[in-house]
Amino acid sequence: MAGKIIINTERCKGCGLCIAVCPKGSIIISKKSNKSGYFPAESSNAECTGCALCAIICPEVVIEVFREEDVPADKPGKKSRKGLIKDKA
Amino acid sequence: MKTVFTRTPTLKDCLTHYCPGCGHSIAHRLIAETIDELDIRGRTIGIAPVGCAVLAYNYLDVDMIEVAHGRAPAVATGMKRTNPDKIIFSYQGDGDLAAIGTGEIIHAAHRGEQITVIFINNAVFGMTGGQMAPTTVLGQTTATTQQGRDAANEGYPLQVSELLALLPGAIYVERCALSGPAQIQKAKKAIKHAFELQISGAQGLSLVELLSTCPTYWRLSPVKAMEWIENEMTKVFPLGKLKDESQRPRISV
Repeated sequence: MAGKIIINTERCKGCGLCIAVCPKGSIIISKKSNKSGYFPAESSNAECTGCALCAIICPEVVIEVFREEDVPADKPGKKSRKGLIKDKA
Repeated sequence: MKTVFTRTPTLKDCLTHYCPGCGHSIAHRLIAETIDELDIRGRTIGIAPVGCAVLAYNYLDVDMIEVAHGRAPAVATGMKRTNPDKIIFSYQGDGDLAAIGTGEIIHAAHRGEQITVIFINNAVFGMTGGQMAPTTVLGQTTATTQQGRDAANEGYPLQVSELLALLPGAIYVERCALSGPAQIQKAKKAIKHAFELQISGAQGLSLVELLSTCPTYWRLSPVKAMEWIENEMTKVFPLGKLKDESQRPRISV
């Protein structure tokens, strides 16, 4: 684990954009709702590289990203951008 | 561990009123980050629009003012002319800038006012319930175009940025999209450039148009809405720099 994200689940509105862009697919929608009634995103952090794509796209800015120093992030974006466009059909 | 991403101080630490997946809050974050990076928080004045982003002053921790619908460029003109050392930006949606305020923005650009305009284009009137906007694309279903927008009845989508780029008073016009991490980063660069131009005292109006999602009134999921921008909206509103005359020499008579 080279990176870690912390999601403020009480502020999350469960839009799912972070899930669509995560290159490692390590974010999922929680089965438990928050106080606002949304099902927030949650991360296992198992494969997180700290690329911060989820934080860049998060409209509510609820994701904080940390990365181990001296570990370069995987080429961010490549897979995820395709991912967004791939399902267009 | 090193912090790679965290909330910027200018963006207030509170929940927004926007729908899940709305592009407005992404745009707010980009503006807040730009203000912090350029260190102009103390001398920036923002103008909030009428529309979904009417409460922008609850989220951006800079001096903000709320003005009549569409009149932001007119108020910004007065503020910039009386306070030339302040950085004035207006944040306007497509109902504000492209519908009721078309006259104001065209004449502000025509006069070459030294203001920065952030134009959020989501092709629909969000706050009032998803009616057709001037920027609604042909075939798009809205509350008032239930069979899809038809050019014979409702006319064609209005490309305000192309219109403004023709005016000599506008020095920088760029269209970006909030449709994915890469596009969002490009949009941030454009916003930063627009602010930098105003800080440097460039003679003219800088405008950044952001194609933004409205999942609620497009009746799409947030992810599908982002794809819709890439696949449909960019056909009518092509991305890119429409005009950049930042090197233009100052003309004085």
